[in-house]
Amino acid sequence: MIVSAIITLKKDVLDPQGKVIHQTLDGMGFKDVNEVRQGKYFEIDVNENDPTKAKGIVEDMCKKLLANLVIENYKIIETQ
Amino acid sequence: MKSSVITFPGSNCDRDMDVALNKFGFKNKMVWHNDNELPKSDLVVLPGGFSYGDYLRCGSMASKSKIMHSVINFAKSGGLVMGICNGFQILVETGLLPGVLLRNKYLEFICKNVHVKVDNKQNPYFKNLDKNIFEFHIAHNEGNYFCTKDQLDEIKDNNQIAIYYCDKNGHTEEQYNPNGSMKNIAGIFNKEKNVLGMMPHPERMIDQSLSGEDGSLFFKNLINNLK
Repeated sequence: MIVSAIITLKKDVLDPQGKVIHQTLDGMGFKDVNEVRQGKYFEIDVNENDPTKAKGIVEDMCKKLLANLVIENYKIIETQ
Repeated sequence: MKSSVITFPGSNCDRDMDVALNKFGFKNKMVWHNDNELPKSDLVVLPGGFSYGDYLRCGSMASKSKIMHSVINFAKSGGLVMGICNGFQILVETGLLPGVLLRNKYLEFICKNVHVKVDNKQNPYFKNLDKNIFEFHIAHNEGNYFCTKDQLDEIKDNNQIAIYYCDKNGHTEEQYNPNGSMKNIAGIFNKEKNVLGMMPHPERMIDQSLSGEDGSLFFKNLINNLK
């Protein structure tokens, strides 16, 4: 089963890359942007067919390696 | 005095550190990240570099290496563990030091000499040093120290801030902050002061003809403190 996870920076953490992307978008004519925040997306193929268990395994991965909880949040977004 | 320098795939300051430690009297051993056991050591150093290509987050992969179990146990039993640059990033990822190192504020890789001010000498690393301001070299992309407000209060209350970025006279205003780090923090201790992480490289300042000698002062003092 494939489980996906999105890692995003917490709200009060500076995201200089997001800022530069925002500025570039602005320069390209995308004037309706309020803010850009950059994150990470993972697709993990887990050897487990039970969706609850598979999500639990990926959540454990997020806590222990994929996210640094001082600055990042994680979200398990879908299962296939 | 015996020291160990851990080499991870992508470490590139490990041999400089080996040269520096041996020059000032340590009997140093190089230890591979995939080993299980640390040799008997009075000091363990996690060197600078780009372990695992800085994948995911700087230091995150290296912090889960086999040898790190022994390093963490060594630190928890009071052993001296020093992380320089990428070594500092690895230490925060292990949780031995609080906070994280974010991308530099202006998204630039910074490679230059800076001055740092030693604030706290009640520890084995800086005890007995005659001066407070040192010129060291920095070379990093992720040196922007960040922690939560609660963590910042805690590290201040416990005197865990080791060194601040400053000018040559010791002024620590924002303009002397190269990377945007909170409170100009260049290095911190754990609560017990046996674990030190810092972005500057003292091992690059051990030869007058190449650079400066402030690293020599640091290492000479460190080995004397450990004797």
